[in-house]
Amino acid sequence: MMNKKTLGAVAVAAAAVLALSACSGGSSGGSSGGDASKGEISYWLWDANQLPAYQQCATDFTKANPDITVKITQTGWDDYWSKLTNGMASGTAPDVFTDHLSKYPDFLKTKQLVALDDSIAQDSVDLSQYNEGLADLWVGQDGKRYGLPKDWDTVALFYNQKMATDAGITPEQMGSLTWNPQDGGTYEKAIARLTVDKNGKRGDEAGFDKNNVAVYGLGLPGSDAENAGQTQWSYLSATTGWTTTDKNPWGTHFNYDDKKLQDTIDWWASLAVKGYMPKLETTVGANAADSFGAGKAAINSNGSWMIGQYTGYKGIDVGIAPTPQGPEGKRASMFNGLADSVWAGTKKKDAAIKWVEYLGSTACQDVVASKAVVFPAITTSSEKAADAFKAKNVDVSAFTQHVKDKTTFMLPITDNASKVAGIMKPAVDAVVAGKSPASSLTAANEQVNALFAK
Amino acid sequence: MTMLTKPPEPGLSARAPRKSPKRGKPSDGFRGIGDLKIALFFIAPAMIGLILFYLVPTIRGIYLSFTEYSILGDPEWIGARNYERIAKDPLFWNALGVTSEYVVINIVLQTALALGLAILMHRVAKSTLIRGALLMPYLMANVIAALLWFWMLDYQIGVINQIIEWTGLPRVAFFGSEQWAIPTQALINTWRHMGYTALLIFAGLQAIPNSVYEAASIDGSKAVSTFWRITLPLLRPVLVLVLVVTVIGSFQVFDTVAVTTAGGPVNATRVLQFYIYQRAFNEQDFGYGSALAVILFLILAIVAFLQMKFLRGNQSDLD
Repeated sequence: MMNKKTLGAVAVAAAAVLALSACSGGSSGGSSGGDASKGEISYWLWDANQLPAYQQCATDFTKANPDITVKITQTGWDDYWSKLTNGMASGTAPDVFTDHLSKYPDFLKTKQLVALDDSIAQDSVDLSQYNEGLADLWVGQDGKRYGLPKDWDTVALFYNQKMATDAGITPEQMGSLTWNPQDGGTYEKAIARLTVDKNGKRGDEAGFDKNNVAVYGLGLPGSDAENAGQTQWSYLSATTGWTTTDKNPWGTHFNYDDKKLQDTIDWWASLAVKGYMPKLETTVGANAADSFGAGKAAINSNGSWMIGQYTGYKGIDVGIAPTPQGPEGKRASMFNGLADSVWAGTKKKDAAIKWVEYLGSTACQDVVASKAVVFPAITTSSEKAADAFKAKNVDVSAFTQHVKDKTTFMLPITDNASKVAGIMKPAVDAVVAGKSPASSLTAANEQVNALFAK
Repeated sequence: MTMLTKPPEPGLSARAPRKSPKRGKPSDGFRGIGDLKIALFFIAPAMIGLILFYLVPTIRGIYLSFTEYSILGDPEWIGARNYERIAKDPLFWNALGVTSEYVVINIVLQTALALGLAILMHRVAKSTLIRGALLMPYLMANVIAALLWFWMLDYQIGVINQIIEWTGLPRVAFFGSEQWAIPTQALINTWRHMGYTALLIFAGLQAIPNSVYEAASIDGSKAVSTFWRITLPLLRPVLVLVLVVTVIGSFQVFDTVAVTTAGGPVNATRVLQFYIYQRAFNEQDFGYGSALAVILFLILAIVAFLQMKFLRGNQSDLD
């Protein structure tokens, strides 16, 4: 989901990690072995863009707690989880790590996380300071709390403003798109209008050649089913009233057999047939955001953590529009929140919890806000982040609007997340590739539900 | 293989008493025990390696295949349930089919091309530079080779698709389309391995004595029939060895898939090794993954056995 693989960023991160380890190498000389509240603790995260902010937090933290140092390691999303799991099995996992909603149920099942309730009560951490709903996402089925929220994200439409102007679409029109699964509403009209073939004919004009498209109205990074459609179709399916599971969190029955979902996917896949969206087979290997940056697509739906990347493309004037309104006149966006968790195998439990509480405090989250990379979990801090984005001339209201209007819904939290992904990805791939009808998802849904039948 | 075990024999038989046909009998006891100790000493490093890195993991893998095991926590014995599930798992049968398609394309092309290259090396290209150049792709790491081709064949930015478009043909989704994904990967690995395979066959060609060819040409045999009647039959043991090794390697294709299509599009490249990896490491189902691995092991053992038996890989026609 948050896997950004910009080479430059990785290089910067690598340099930062080197600098960090050089620093800590000097200061951790007196790491007292037995004391759980002192010494060096390790902290892992995956987003290279956020590393400088958290490095700042670590420095400030050590200033306030001179007997604790924090060693930060950044590992890209693709390797992060297997490295973490292997570390847990071999006893070398970090004391504290950035945790994801789709992953932590598996860690709970194998008792890899430390419950934070006692410390939170003792240190009177105010859980109401976080944006509504974020803190409770980290309460397990046993009623205990296994993480403190650090940030959140929603979904919006990044679009190429010059292309929109050329097509005669105003920012106001982009900001008030409507959608329904039957004819796609004004959203499909805009996508069609923004599609241009090699002869300069637009997607809604007679003589449009759908087999020779120069600019696609909507970009396609993949079927996104491994992420429950987080950035690619959940913002549509949710407006129909469809929910992924029977309840959330801890649902045990999936609803991919629902007609509302299947109609949504059918509509989405039809865009590729009409030539408004690339065919799935042509997107293997290509990066959708980079194709947008190269002017090959006019709209990309994506998460708020991608703001930096989309606004960073040279020569592309990027606008950010809210996701379209659904059949019932409401928008919808998946709401995902990350947290910091403490590994059960830590030898520095007290110091680790102290660091997690610091990460979850305004002291650190204001620092993160000032860097304008993500929206911190604390309400006041995320307002500061919005201001920081504004200072960089980026209007992020399309993302924050969802939170203000309470049009968000939670990323599905369930057991067996990786097995569900393993079944659903090829199934939705087949539909988007035009190989199977959306009704084939019913069979996949049965397979998914069988995972929970044990 | 036979050539490797032959050399020590003269030394041994020279040491053993001539009259006694059997070695290491009581009369020779003192020296036998001494030899045994030294032998054990020399065998120990290999034995320890074998036990630690092959025997123990194999036995543990077989044990795990009868359990439910996520790497965190303890394995739980569930009998043959994993194997029952595999028999009914459409993705396993798909993986078997996809892997077989890969192996057939890869092995047929690779062996044919390598044989051709070996003969060219033997007859025409005598320069070390050219012979060395053939080996170049093999010197590249698998992942690097896969990624290079991945970029060159990319639908949008790939240079090869650019060339295809210049010629007026439609672009090809080499990795993205279901019918092309496996042949593309099979061709990439053919390209990478054929030089090495050619080198193995080339070594076999050099072991065929010239006198046989001379005899053939005196009898008036033409080049083509010499190839079919002399070269190929005499090359058989080497070819069998090459086939056994390359088929095993081919069945284990993983890295090319992992860094390019990751099993997709849909399930078109979900080869056995990748499926094992997915079940074990992505989905934390090490029991099921182990059971799949045991099945792959059995398949490979049977294939290798059949090849050795029916192609008489352990006999030479030269004697």
